Amino acid sequence: MDKLIPSPDAGIEAVHDGATILMGGFGLCGIPESLIAALRRKGSRNLTIVSNNAGVDDFGIGILLQNQQVKKMVSTYVGENKLFERLVFEGALEIELNPQGTFAERLRAGGAGIPAFYTPTGYGTIVAKDKETREFNGRMFVLEHAIRGQFAFIKAWKGDRWGNLVYRKTAANFNPMMATAADFVIAEVEELVKVGELDPNYVHTPGIYVDAIFEGTNYEKRIERRRTRSV
Amino acid sequence: MILNQDEKSRRIASRISKELRDGFYVNLGIGIPTQVANFVPQGMDVILQSENGMLGIGPYPTDAEVDPDVINAGKETVTELRGTCYFSSADSFAMIRGGHIDLTVLGALQVDEKGSLANWAIPGKMLKGMGGAMDLVAGAKKVFVAMEHATRERAPKIVTRCTLPLTGVEVVHYIVTELAVIQVTPGGLLLQELAADTTVEYVQSLTEPKLTLPRGGPAPMLL
Repeated sequence: MDKLIPSPDAGIEAVHDGATILMGGFGLCGIPESLIAALRRKGSRNLTIVSNNAGVDDFGIGILLQNQQVKKMVSTYVGENKLFERLVFEGALEIELNPQGTFAERLRAGGAGIPAFYTPTGYGTIVAKDKETREFNGRMFVLEHAIRGQFAFIKAWKGDRWGNLVYRKTAANFNPMMATAADFVIAEVEELVKVGELDPNYVHTPGIYVDAIFEGTNYEKRIERRRTRSV
Repeated sequence: MILNQDEKSRRIASRISKELRDGFYVNLGIGIPTQVANFVPQGMDVILQSENGMLGIGPYPTDAEVDPDVINAGKETVTELRGTCYFSSADSFAMIRGGHIDLTVLGALQVDEKGSLANWAIPGKMLKGMGGAMDLVAGAKKVFVAMEHATRERAPKIVTRCTLPLTGVEVVHYIVTELAVIQVTPGGLLLQELAADTTVEYVQSLTEPKLTLPRGGPAPMLL
């Protein structure tokens, strides 16, 4: 039952060229910094990355784009990355944009064994192009399919060797669903605690979903838009 | 009177704040919509939802309070309040898509006379993505658009039919601009309120579809 691994590099050994990887985070908040850095070191290419955003030019998923490791992004909002925009307009990067709730639910469905579901979101827009639609109670809905990854890179606050995870504040975001929706799930935590130390009432991701865990070091936790008020 | 950008935004945000009611759960989009939070009446409990997984958004932090794990959907640092809660994106969008949000306020590139909205892309020019906007317009009980009435070049943003990629079809209930409050009705766009510093003719000249007028004419804009 011990899922502890010595390093992020050990966690991603099985990642191959062309792999589909789910990555948690909203903007730069709650992203798996150590695993992204390890993936850049490893240099795997032609990757499909499923992540709400694409990082910024020099941090987060941006460092994988810089290194031309990404073939396709599945995201909901990519507005903060100039490099990204350039690569897409040049045709060097494929992008599939999803409505954010559809994206979250596709991942949740992927983890829960639900192959597809109907949602009203996006009906009548280009998001619904070539998709099945159906009327329920007088309203039109679009059929959306589940997403699964070969790998998921998860960032949590605390975790134990059994893979139980707790997230912190808005750094949870997509991590909980992604942790359920991949064949091999690697979690990095800020603090590795002893089994039994997490309050069982407040475990967010039960260890059953997690395959490997390690404690990350030197988290930068870069802030994308620092807004403050004077005292 | 010519308003600058900031005065326009404040007027729009202030007017929309009159729609808030005690106990409302509200999601505010990026830009002018965010400013509605500055006009919540004293003593009224309005809970702001952020789609990245937070209910109960507080003010921007002081330097000492900045926490990289506490951000809003615009990726700005914010603070928590007493009673704030955090949750996953799946829970967040269950709230939004499940019809639990009383009111959402969004910006727009175009709104048309049927209430269809375009606010996320300009083909070949701007690539950003729809984020949570498509879910919000599909799921919130009331959808308000907050925007400047026309573009900087004075081209209408309220159009007969949207030409930009749609966010949602027939989803907007009210359009609030620095000049007017317009209700989307089955019979067309109803000019409900007019700002004191403009005229029906001027508003119509910046609006592509024909506006209808309530009996007795539009009321003065609530401010």
